[in-house]
Amino acid sequence: MQMPIPDASVIDRKDQIVARLLAVLPKTAVIADVVETRAYECDGLTAYRCPPMCAVLPTTTDEVAAVLRICHEMDVPVVPRGSGTSLAGGALPTADCVILGVAKMNGVIETNYDDRYIRVQTGRTNLSVTGAVEADGFFYAPDPSSQLACAIAGNIAMNSGGAHCLKYGVTTNNLMGVTMVMMDGTVVEIGGAHMDAGGLDLLGVICGSEGQLGVVTEATLRILPKPEGARPVLMGYDSSEVAGQVVTDIIKAGVLPVAIEFMDRPCIEATENFAHAGYPMCEALLIVEVEGSDAEIDAQLALIMKIAAKHNPVELREAKDADEAGRIWLGRKSAFGAMGQINDYMCLDGTIPVSELPYVLRRISEMSKEFGLDVGNVFHAGDGNMHPLILFDANKEGDLELCEEFGAEILKLCVEVGGCLTGEHGVGIEKRDLMHVQFSKADLEAQMAVKDVFDPKWLLNAAKVFPLDASEPRRVA
Amino acid sequence: MHPSPVASHSQFLPKENSMTPTSELELSDMIKATKGPLRIVGGGTRPIGRVVGEALSTAALSGITLHEPGALTLVARAGTPVAEIEATLATQNQRLAFEPMDHRALMGTTGQPTIGGVVAANVSGPRRISVGACRDFLLGVRFVDGAGNIVKNGGRVMKNVTGYDLVKLFAGAYGTLGVLTEVSFKVLPAVEAETTLALSGLDDATAIRAMSAALGSPFEVTGVAHDPAQALTHFRLEGFAASVAYRAKEISKLLAPFGATQDTQGDWAAIRDVTAFAGKSGDVWRISVKPSDAAALSEKIGADAVQYDWGGGLIWALCPVGTDVRAAMGNTAGHATLIRGAGQTFHPEPAPLAAISTGLRAKFDPRGVLNTGIMG
Repeated sequence: MQMPIPDASVIDRKDQIVARLLAVLPKTAVIADVVETRAYECDGLTAYRCPPMCAVLPTTTDEVAAVLRICHEMDVPVVPRGSGTSLAGGALPTADCVILGVAKMNGVIETNYDDRYIRVQTGRTNLSVTGAVEADGFFYAPDPSSQLACAIAGNIAMNSGGAHCLKYGVTTNNLMGVTMVMMDGTVVEIGGAHMDAGGLDLLGVICGSEGQLGVVTEATLRILPKPEGARPVLMGYDSSEVAGQVVTDIIKAGVLPVAIEFMDRPCIEATENFAHAGYPMCEALLIVEVEGSDAEIDAQLALIMKIAAKHNPVELREAKDADEAGRIWLGRKSAFGAMGQINDYMCLDGTIPVSELPYVLRRISEMSKEFGLDVGNVFHAGDGNMHPLILFDANKEGDLELCEEFGAEILKLCVEVGGCLTGEHGVGIEKRDLMHVQFSKADLEAQMAVKDVFDPKWLLNAAKVFPLDASEPRRVA
Repeated sequence: MHPSPVASHSQFLPKENSMTPTSELELSDMIKATKGPLRIVGGGTRPIGRVVGEALSTAALSGITLHEPGALTLVARAGTPVAEIEATLATQNQRLAFEPMDHRALMGTTGQPTIGGVVAANVSGPRRISVGACRDFLLGVRFVDGAGNIVKNGGRVMKNVTGYDLVKLFAGAYGTLGVLTEVSFKVLPAVEAETTLALSGLDDATAIRAMSAALGSPFEVTGVAHDPAQALTHFRLEGFAASVAYRAKEISKLLAPFGATQDTQGDWAAIRDVTAFAGKSGDVWRISVKPSDAAALSEKIGADAVQYDWGGGLIWALCPVGTDVRAAMGNTAGHATLIRGAGQTFHPEPAPLAAISTGLRAKFDPRGVLNTGIMG
C-alpha cells in the first residue's frame, strides 16, 4: 500500500509547529517525542505503521478549533483519531501529520428520555453510550464488534454498523446531530435533537466521510427503549446454498429478526477448537435472533423454526434461557479471536446482494485453493455484509502481499455481483486503491468535490478513501 | 385568499414541448446543451418552493428495474409512479416502510406522485418516528449533475460505506444538485395486523407527554399523532396479530394515567397527508422540533390549526397568510418549511452552513441551471 511522500517542508518546521500547538494546549496534551509518538503509529490495521510528526489530545471543542486553525494556517496535514480500532487504516498517520485524538473528550453532555436522545463527546466509547442509559431502560443501537473500545468519533467517521443493524440501522440512521470543527477552525452545529435536515442533509454526508470533512467533537445520538427480551436460535446445514435459502425464506415470511449471522465450516472448526461452544460440524451455521416479550419471541421463533425445519437442518437448537442464548452466541463472538489463534488474518468487509451468497461463497472457496491461503467466512447474512477472514503468516516473505491480492479479488467479486467494497469498516487505505473497481471517474469526482467544499486545502486525512492517482491533483495543489 | 399554488399547479406538469429525456445519456446531453434555468418535474404534485425555468420532465425515465423480495430491495427509475411501486411491493407483501406522504390534497394538485419526487423532497410519513425517514431507506442513487456528468452513489445493498454518502445528500436536495434518474430502496415486509388506540381530551402538552411515554416503551408504536381540533391522540401498533394484541394491552396499561384508551380505526392516510388542512386557505408550515418543545411553540405561532405527528417532533401548522413562524420559533432548535404559501420556503441556515450548502451547489451545478433558487 503506497502512501504519499511526506512533505519535508512540514517536517522541517516541526519545532515551530509544536511550539504553536503548545501555546494553545496544556503541555501534557502535545506529544512530540519520537519515542512517544510511536504509540500512534497504527490503528487496527497493524500491517501498516508510521509514527506521526506529533499527536495532540485536546479536551474541548475550542482546543480542537485552536489546533485546526494553526494546522490550517501552517499547511500541516491532520489525521483525526478516535480509539484507533479501524481495520481499514482510517487513523494511519503520515510522517508529516498531526494526529488529533479525541480520546480525552469522553463525557456525557445531556440525556433526555422524553425526547429519546443522548449528547456525548465523541471520544466516548460505543458501549459506554449504552452504559450511560441502560439503567433507565434505553440503549444505543449500533453495535460494532469493537464496541468495548471503539469511539463514537470513529463510528461516525466510518458509519459503523454491527450485528443488530438489520432492524436498527447503522450509525447514520441513529445520528441526529453533531458539533464539528472544520479544518479552518470554524465550529459548526449540524442537526440536533429534532429530526431531519431543514436544508441539504449535511449530516448525512459527514457520517461516513472518514474524518475527511471535519473533526466531530460532540454528537446527538438517538437512544431506544430496550426490548423486553431477545433470544437466538442456531441452525446448521449441509450447504451454504441451503442456508442462504433459509435466510431468504425467513425474510420473505415477514419476520424481521434483529440479527442473522452466518459461519462456514472453517470458521466453525476454528471456534470450536477455541471456545467449545458445542456447534455442529457442518457447512453452514446460522444464528437468528428475535426480540419482544416471551410470548412474542415464542411466536416468531416458532415461525422461523418451521421454515428452518423445511430445509432439512443437521441441527436446530432454540435457546430456552439466557444461559443457552449465551452459548449460542459464544462461538460467533469468539470467531475473530479463534481465527487469530490459528494465524495472522485479514478481515474483509464487502457486501453482496443476499441472493448471491451461495455463488460468492463457492468462488471464495475456489480462490482459496488457487491462492493457497485458507479463509473462513463469518458475516451478517441478513444484510449481505460478508467478513471473509483470510489466514496468512506475517513472518513469511510475500504472504501479506499474497493475502492482499486474494482479498482484492474477493472484493472485486463483491462489486461484480452487485455489491460493494466495504459494508461497515470503511475504505481507509485498505480499499482505497480498489475504488476504481466500484466507481467511475465521474463518481469519484463527485465525492471529491464534496471534500473540496469542506476542506479546500485537502489537509484532513487526505491520503485515504480516494485512490492516490485520483486525489493527487487536489492533494498537491 | 393567498396566491395559492392550486391556481398555478399546471405549470408543474410537463408540456408537449417540454424536455422529456428517455435515457441518462439524453438527459446529460440536454443539460449540457441548455442555457437554463431548468425546472425539474416528476409528477408535479409537490409544488414546494418557487422555481422558474423550462420544464424538464422525468416522466420517460420510468419503470421498476429490480425487485428482489428476499433481499428486501427495490430499484426504480426516478419517474416511476409511487403507486406502481407500492402495487408491485404489495404482490410480495412488502411496502415502503417510511410511508411517503401524498401531497395532492394539501397542495390542491393532481397527477401521479413519482418516486424521484419522494426522494428529492425526502418525503416520509407517520412511521418515520419508528423506522426512519425516506433518506434512511434510500440505498443508492443515479443522477446527472448540472454539468451533465452521469454519477452513481451507494448501490442496492443494505450496508455500504464505500466512499462518501451522497445518497443522503441527494435525499431532500430538491433537485438542486442533480437530476435523479434511478433510486434504490430497502423495503420491509407488510404487516399481518394493525390497530390504533386513542386517548381523548388531552391538551397538547399532556398529549405529547403521553406520546413520549409510548415511544419510550418497548412496545414499538409505529405512529403517534395528536389532533388538537378533536382532542384525539392516536397510537398505532403493527405486526403479527398476537403481538399487536399483546402490545395494545400493555400500551393501554402504560397510558392509564392519561385516561382510558379506545380502539379506533385510525385514519393514518389522513394523518400522513394532513387532509384536515386541504382546501382551507392560509399558509401551511411544516415544523421539526424536539417533541418536548412542540406544545409551547405551537402556542406562540398564532396558527389557525395545528396537528402533531412523530410524537410531537413534527408540527403541521395552518396559519394566516404571511405569519412569520420562524420569528415565533426564536431560539427553539429545529426548522420550519413553508410548504404552501408565498415566502421563503426553507429555514435560513447559520452562515457557516449556508456557505457549505452554497459551495456544494456550486460544485454540482456550476452554472446554476437546476431548480435555481429553490433552496437559497
